[in-house]
Amino acid sequence: MKPLSRIMAIVKKEVRQLRRDRLTFGMVVGLPVIQMLLFGYAINTDVRHLGTAVANQAGTHLSRQFIAELKQTQVVEITDFVETANDLDALLRRGEISIGVFIPRDFDRRVGQQSRAAVQLLVDGTDPTILGVANQLRTMPFGFDSAHRETGAQQLIEVRPFYNPERRSPVNIIPGLMGVILTMTMILFTAVAIVRERERGNLELLINTPLSSTELMVGKVIPYIVIGLLQLALILGVGRLLFDVPVRGSVLDLYLAASAFVAANLALGLLISTAATTQFQAMQMMVFILLPSILLSGFMFPFDGMPTFAQYIGEVLPNTHFIRLTRGIMLRDAALTEMLADLLYLIGFTVIAMIAAALRFTKRLD
Amino acid sequence: MHAEFAIEARGLSKDFGKLRAVSSLDLTVPRGQIYGFLGPNGSGKSTTIRMLCGLLTPTTGSATVLDTEIPGDSKLLKPKIGYMTQKFSLFGDLTVFENLQFIAEIYSYPVADRRKRIDELLERYDLVEQHQQLAGTMSGGEKQRLALACAVLHHPELLLLDEPTSAVDPQSRRDFWENLFRLAGAGTTILVSTHYMDEAERCHRLAILDHGVKVADGTPQELQGDTGMNVIEVIADNPYAARGAIHDLEEVASVTQLGIRLRVLIPDSYDDPRELVERALASSNMTASTSMTAATLEDVFVAVTLKPPRKST
Repeated sequence: MKPLSRIMAIVKKEVRQLRRDRLTFGMVVGLPVIQMLLFGYAINTDVRHLGTAVANQAGTHLSRQFIAELKQTQVVEITDFVETANDLDALLRRGEISIGVFIPRDFDRRVGQQSRAAVQLLVDGTDPTILGVANQLRTMPFGFDSAHRETGAQQLIEVRPFYNPERRSPVNIIPGLMGVILTMTMILFTAVAIVRERERGNLELLINTPLSSTELMVGKVIPYIVIGLLQLALILGVGRLLFDVPVRGSVLDLYLAASAFVAANLALGLLISTAATTQFQAMQMMVFILLPSILLSGFMFPFDGMPTFAQYIGEVLPNTHFIRLTRGIMLRDAALTEMLADLLYLIGFTVIAMIAAALRFTKRLD
Repeated sequence: MHAEFAIEARGLSKDFGKLRAVSSLDLTVPRGQIYGFLGPNGSGKSTTIRMLCGLLTPTTGSATVLDTEIPGDSKLLKPKIGYMTQKFSLFGDLTVFENLQFIAEIYSYPVADRRKRIDELLERYDLVEQHQQLAGTMSGGEKQRLALACAVLHHPELLLLDEPTSAVDPQSRRDFWENLFRLAGAGTTILVSTHYMDEAERCHRLAILDHGVKVADGTPQELQGDTGMNVIEVIADNPYAARGAIHDLEEVASVTQLGIRLRVLIPDSYDDPRELVERALASSNMTASTSMTAATLEDVFVAVTLKPPRKST
């Protein structure tokens, strides 16, 4: 039982040191909360309240009804009513509005006809997101009176988003954000773990004791697994409280997946730690992992839309697999057993990275 | 069976790239003695100690340390040695007590006796009052006492101390050496490196290292009696000028100024060394008194580290 008690000695030491290291301790709690707020509120890919002006040349009951329904989508915020298409043009050019709605004189007749568009949307195309929104507006059903609706229903395609009917970004972002936050904090903690002791001279003492490399590695990882799971609870709590993000699947499954993911990141951090000679170097190496973990994991951009080469890189990253697991469990009510491949990848990644780290870390100075 | 010597090194060498840090070092350290490594910075003291405890692999040569072969599996050696690094290497953000506790756990010290052993060490090394203090906030002397307490906690047979007193005041150094003598008296073999002459003088035996080469070894008395030099002490009104007058004599191996005194080393192959010096002083119109004196360890050090055709400032 000597190895076990030695591992526990390392664990105890790490916890004590962590408790006294206010900055790191603050990061455990602060980093997830700040990131949640940043991503949840600021990075909002669904667009609402776009500045809009309307030129209603028809002035009929039907046209006013159309405007009312357009308002109800909340996508547009009508700020101006103008007379002509030229007025809309001017407003667009000055950047005062993003969308101009032009309703021609013969609007009522066109709605009935189907062959010609009834309404023209003049869109500020410099922002592709806004253009996309406008395209969506075009396909949105407008429930005029029953006579018109029949013809309209054929013409206009209804878009009904699954799993996120309100199309709120946080619901989609937060499961992915969990992965990004955990990648950032877990790798950060362990990447500096060994290097810091090397820099402070502690390592020269440790390698002269009966402590083995594996005992040191395992002892260093255990406290952070607990911290990782606490962070997960924090993220889920804030997500629920502020953004109303659901957990549709099993919470136990989520925690199992997260445990494997946390372990994978810690092992990766240790591997960095054995390769770097200074804490600064460890940080630099961490950036190389973190950036692709944000950009290529499917967190920011849909995985299927990426070039094949980028997908290969993405497949290597633990975060990619974790994001698939969390989106599945939290949003689609998938069971962990349905996504075993991703789970097994994380476990395999952990084992290989741990072995590599223990091998790289020799109890010698030369 | 116990070998006669705690350490026996045979032709130990270590290269770092093109630099030869230690060159064919032979060494025998008897059990229960304090053995000193005397040498300037970069003379290979730390490298030798690190090779002896298995931290560095020798480029060539081998050693037997407490019946364990170096190079080889040093795993069995670790529980038997205590190591004190040049730089403070305990955890600055743990308290004195926590550091000792950690070391006790790492060395699997029997749980039942752990508390007793730690209390004993706190008492012995005068750390009772500081036991709740963070190690990083302590003075140099306190840190050094803690480091020694941690190094001896598991009752090692061999203690390797790498310049243990380089960061402490003279009183702390005296106390430290008292502790070393007590440990040696109880049978612990101690290998200690230093660049202080007074510390070297306290060792049972010592080896003088210079640029990775062992240039002399023996007891301090043996070394002092066997310098191959005569030592003439000169007391002059203007010692610096007197030094100039003596320095360029071709017989003179070295001149060292100590305040108003000069210590002049002349190889004992020359007759009448004192007259030689007096004549040189007289011809430069210097008033000075001279006397023959016994070699100190510093004289030994100067003598053995002289570059063989002497021509330097």
